[in-house]
Amino acid sequence: MATRHSRSAARLMMAPAVILLLGWMLVPLTMTLFFSFKKYLPLRGGDLGWVGFDNYTRFVTSSSFWPSVLTTLIIVGGVLLITVVLGVLLAILLDQPMWGQGIVRILVIAPFFVMPTVSALVWKNMFMDPVNGLLAHLWKFFGAQPVEWLSDASIFSIVLIVAWQWLPFATLILLTSIQSLDSEQLEAAEMDGAPPLARFGFITLPHLSRAITIVVLIQTIFLLAIFAEIFVTTGGSFGTRTLTYLIFQRVLESQNVGLGSAGGVYAIILANIVALFLMRIVGKNLDA
Amino acid sequence: MGRIVLDKVKKIFGDITVIPPLDLEINDGEFVVFVGPSGCGKSTLLRLIAGLEDITSGHVEIDGVNATDVPPAKRRLAMVFQSYALYPHMSVRKNIAFPLRMAGLEKAEQDRKVEAAASVLNLTDYLDRRPGQLSGGQRQRVAIGRAIVREPAAFLFDEPLSNLDAALRGNMRLEITELHQTLKTTMVYVTHDQVEAMTMADKIVVLNEGRIEQVGSPLDLYRHPANLFVAGFIGSPRMNLIEGAEATRRDAATIGVRPEHMTLSTEAGDWTGTVGVAEHLGSDTFVHVQLDDVGPVTARASGEISLGHGDRVHLTPDPAQIYRFDAAGSAL
Repeated sequence: MATRHSRSAARLMMAPAVILLLGWMLVPLTMTLFFSFKKYLPLRGGDLGWVGFDNYTRFVTSSSFWPSVLTTLIIVGGVLLITVVLGVLLAILLDQPMWGQGIVRILVIAPFFVMPTVSALVWKNMFMDPVNGLLAHLWKFFGAQPVEWLSDASIFSIVLIVAWQWLPFATLILLTSIQSLDSEQLEAAEMDGAPPLARFGFITLPHLSRAITIVVLIQTIFLLAIFAEIFVTTGGSFGTRTLTYLIFQRVLESQNVGLGSAGGVYAIILANIVALFLMRIVGKNLDA
Repeated sequence: MGRIVLDKVKKIFGDITVIPPLDLEINDGEFVVFVGPSGCGKSTLLRLIAGLEDITSGHVEIDGVNATDVPPAKRRLAMVFQSYALYPHMSVRKNIAFPLRMAGLEKAEQDRKVEAAASVLNLTDYLDRRPGQLSGGQRQRVAIGRAIVREPAAFLFDEPLSNLDAALRGNMRLEITELHQTLKTTMVYVTHDQVEAMTMADKIVVLNEGRIEQVGSPLDLYRHPANLFVAGFIGSPRMNLIEGAEATRRDAATIGVRPEHMTLSTEAGDWTGTVGVAEHLGSDTFVHVQLDDVGPVTARASGEISLGHGDRVHLTPDPAQIYRFDAAGSAL
């Protein structure tokens, strides 16, 4: 039924969805671009006219710009490292036949269903609180001085919280990939004299490489935008101000919409560079 | 050297006894085929020899050494899997070199052995391709190449030709047989196809429900089947098994006549019947006849015969070639 008639009918019927999505994306994008060229201070005079690329230069020359880029990279990199390494190990573990496999798998996936705000608050108040937190009790039990997690090891704490949320996602994708590995390949390698570690390195890991790339790609896009976890724990202090958080502060705390919008445009460019880069890797992997 | 002895080998999965205690000797340099219907335990038996499954009781001896608790890699056996089990992310060269690399051989030595194996198997032009870029027959040869380079005591083949089309299967059958004649290494070959068993084997082991029904050379099994199961399994088309009055008349519970041991005539004969289907293969014609008193049988006739549905024919079995079986199914 791929006639000219049915094709134009299909286009007509898809049009509302496409127009809605385009509008959803284009309106905020245009407004961000529009404000980024203006000096716009809502509580201090409102729209003060066009300023050209002033906001762009001010955003990158500000003393908090490069530290925030570095923080973003550390958090994204740290979370990726933890989720991929632990994800591979957990996936191998969950692939082993055991009693109650179904329930265990659901339990492993559970953290993914908890809202970021909630899980960050749970970690902050129940685990990392230096007086009442479980970790503080544990430290005291061994006679050690409780760690003030969110101020002394702030970045590590946030990496931990975010990694806990994203580990189920990585595990799930890697588990399905491991399940598709032909067991005869492992047996062939075993007969060929490969010890367990070599079988992992030569057979399992290459088989997982595509799934790992996909995990890294999807997580990077989402991790560049983490906000709630920082907002409810450190509020951007103690060196946990990421690029996203810096934009938020410029717009809402400094009430400088123009400067924040310029930051937003940088973030769009950065995300697109990452996406392009990763799409190429995935494309290359899919060819093989 | 490659002499494998199975001594009271038994395998139980859960509550199911897949292989009841079984004894078997495979001599050095022999081409042994395990044949039987699906689920008869032939692949399990091969995996027990390879060490990929643990033996419940009994023991396996390879070259006089008890190998029951020896890990698969140390048994000096090479296996070719049904799915070929090639490593998809490695080139053909790396696939074939993998066992050598695992054994810690020098790079130059690895290359030399890979090149040698590749030239034997006509793979030289494909060494730098990935398995995904090869045809079924080429993948099969890579899998065999990976087995050859290890210079094993014995090769184990697990239904290696079942994923190939008919023409290629015929070619690979020849190639494997020729390879056996060149290498003179013990080969154990699992198949459900009795044609492969008959054409390739020095010794056929017919398995049914984990038990060995009969062991012998192909023609031995064809000429002297020990029981009904072997009689029905070996030979193509299968032997006609006839019960009832005709069998009782010859003091047997069942008699068997092969299609090729009956004379077909349109004028006169012992049995009379109506042709159902005549399969013209060119060289032969297989005629399916519904006999009036005896039941349905298949007979082989010359390729030139012209018979069709509904024709009346007469069949005469060769009296010297009638097999007799007792009520328990054993040959008399």
